[in-house]
Amino acid sequence: MSALLSVQGLRVEIARRGRAMTAIDDVSFEIAAGEILGVVGESGAGKSVTGTAVLGLLERPAYQAGGRILFDGRRIDTLDDDAMRTLRGKEIAAVFQDPLTSLDPLMTIGDQLIETIRTHLDLTPAEAVERAARLLAEVGIPAPRERLASYPHEMSGGMRQRVVLALAFSCEPRLIIADEPTTALDVSIQAQILDLLRAMCRERGTTVMLVTHDMGVIAEVADRVAVMYAGRLVELGPTAGLLGEAVHPYTRGLMASIPDMHRRDAELAQIPGSMPRPDAPVPGCAFHPRCPRALVRCASERPPTFAVGASQVACWLADPVARSAA
Amino acid sequence: MSFVLGRLGQTVLVLLVAAFVSFALFRYVGDPVNNMVGQSASLADREAMRAALGLDDAFILQFARFVGHALTGDFGMSYRFGQPVATLIAERFPATLELALISMLIATGLGVPLGVWTALHRDHWAAQALMAASLIGVALPTFLIGIALILFFSVWLGWLPSFGRGQVVEIGGWTTGLLTTSGLRALVLPAVTLGVFQLALILRLARAEMLEVMRADFIRFARARGLKPRAIQYRHALRNTLVPVVTMIGLQFGNVFAFSIIVETVFQWPGLGLLVIQAIQFADVPLLAAYLVLIALCFAVINLAVDLAYVAIDPRVRSGGGARRAA
Repeated sequence: MSALLSVQGLRVEIARRGRAMTAIDDVSFEIAAGEILGVVGESGAGKSVTGTAVLGLLERPAYQAGGRILFDGRRIDTLDDDAMRTLRGKEIAAVFQDPLTSLDPLMTIGDQLIETIRTHLDLTPAEAVERAARLLAEVGIPAPRERLASYPHEMSGGMRQRVVLALAFSCEPRLIIADEPTTALDVSIQAQILDLLRAMCRERGTTVMLVTHDMGVIAEVADRVAVMYAGRLVELGPTAGLLGEAVHPYTRGLMASIPDMHRRDAELAQIPGSMPRPDAPVPGCAFHPRCPRALVRCASERPPTFAVGASQVACWLADPVARSAA
Repeated sequence: MSFVLGRLGQTVLVLLVAAFVSFALFRYVGDPVNNMVGQSASLADREAMRAALGLDDAFILQFARFVGHALTGDFGMSYRFGQPVATLIAERFPATLELALISMLIATGLGVPLGVWTALHRDHWAAQALMAASLIGVALPTFLIGIALILFFSVWLGWLPSFGRGQVVEIGGWTTGLLTTSGLRALVLPAVTLGVFQLALILRLARAEMLEVMRADFIRFARARGLKPRAIQYRHALRNTLVPVVTMIGLQFGNVFAFSIIVETVFQWPGLGLLVIQAIQFADVPLLAAYLVLIALCFAVINLAVDLAYVAIDPRVRSGGGARRAA
């Protein structure tokens, strides 16, 4: 499989009071066509910023300070606004966290669908209406033709997120950046939306970058997982392997902190301490102050990425030299 | 529809309260009889006049009579001018309304687009200059602006007249200065004077609201949908900006109307403001009461118009839930 999206050495900085703080530090990953890549981490780890950078929507004071983003082999981070705009919504679509605020409250959902469709596709108004109604039907909204005339406030949160999905899929994009698509919803609705997203992507072969802090969501839908910590990618590998046997101590900590239904009385594991903030960077490995297995070199030398099986891990514990010596 | 009816009912109630307050208030501003009769009038003459004016009756009765007559457009005779109040007001009303309308037109027509522009081009030197200028516009007292404009454009340059309304044309009982050159020339300075503060206020609010809306999630999502910047700025951001801006324009229109007194005094504009100044000096109760009721009516009508504008702009008001009202 060839990579549809390739992020190479991405670096995003935030300018604050004349100082540049690093929000994303040398992040590289690829997503194959048709693959669902989950991106996890605590809030502030840089998951959303990475997604925003791919969409080309970084806003002052954040800016891309280095690296390259390739979509279908073409470099997109250097495109001008207009060229990037024609790509957004058509080839690369987005789903954001809060369906209550993602839609324009003063415009019917039909008009919002039609305006998106007509921006990117050369259709007559009648054809656009037809397509909009079909999309609503596809995302499971009953009486889609009548619903076109509804305003967002006339729908529930779950219904609105379905509309957001319809908007994202309206021009058959090849890549969807889904940023916490279920976080703002009721638990019972979350599963429905997740199933819908997965089904629609599988059907079309749509590639997804799924940003979430919810390991349960990852386990459910992601093919591979990228774990981010303090703006860096710490581990990247197949979901099954990562859930079963993570290499990076941080990933292990994350896994241990997932509540287990079968062990109700077990105390929930926590990772002590908190993630360093961008304005107070930590030398060496960013995780070493919290790491239960930190080595001396972790405090001073930043670990490179090592290949462990099918995974890539940025941790000195995965250093083959050290491991063979041990 | 029930929404409109409900608002109408509220409007009537507001008017009644305004009428009551103004009527009650003016019973204590002095004895009009003293002003109307000469120094030499006898006590009997005074009592006769008092009885003729109905000032002896119970307060409630006087008020009921006032409302009853007002409904037929009869606000009594002006103590000072000896003419029906309704006629006096009808003569002066067009001048004030035209002044208020034109100045609000200037303020809105410039304020909203400039506010939006400064929001979209925050770092442009002209936007920053406009923001600084708008601060001055908010801070300067109206009479000072008027005098400065007169000094500059009338005294030094001699371009525009400094007082009066110019030539007026009468159309079906309505006198308008908008159809003659001299009328239009006379309107420029007072309208600008009255509009400067409103312009600055509207500009600043439109800018602030626009900046707020441009940060909203749905704008970010609209960008993620790849919409053209123009569509995002005008179709999505501007419409969402308009709800609070329309509210303020409505409220300010009432203020412009009521407080045109200062501008009318500076420019000797023959409108209601001048009339009221004279009426206050003379304790001309029927005229003052009618004026206050008229101002209340204007506010009520404007508020109603603002509410109807909401219905047109914001679908959330139409369905009755989550209505946003500022007043």
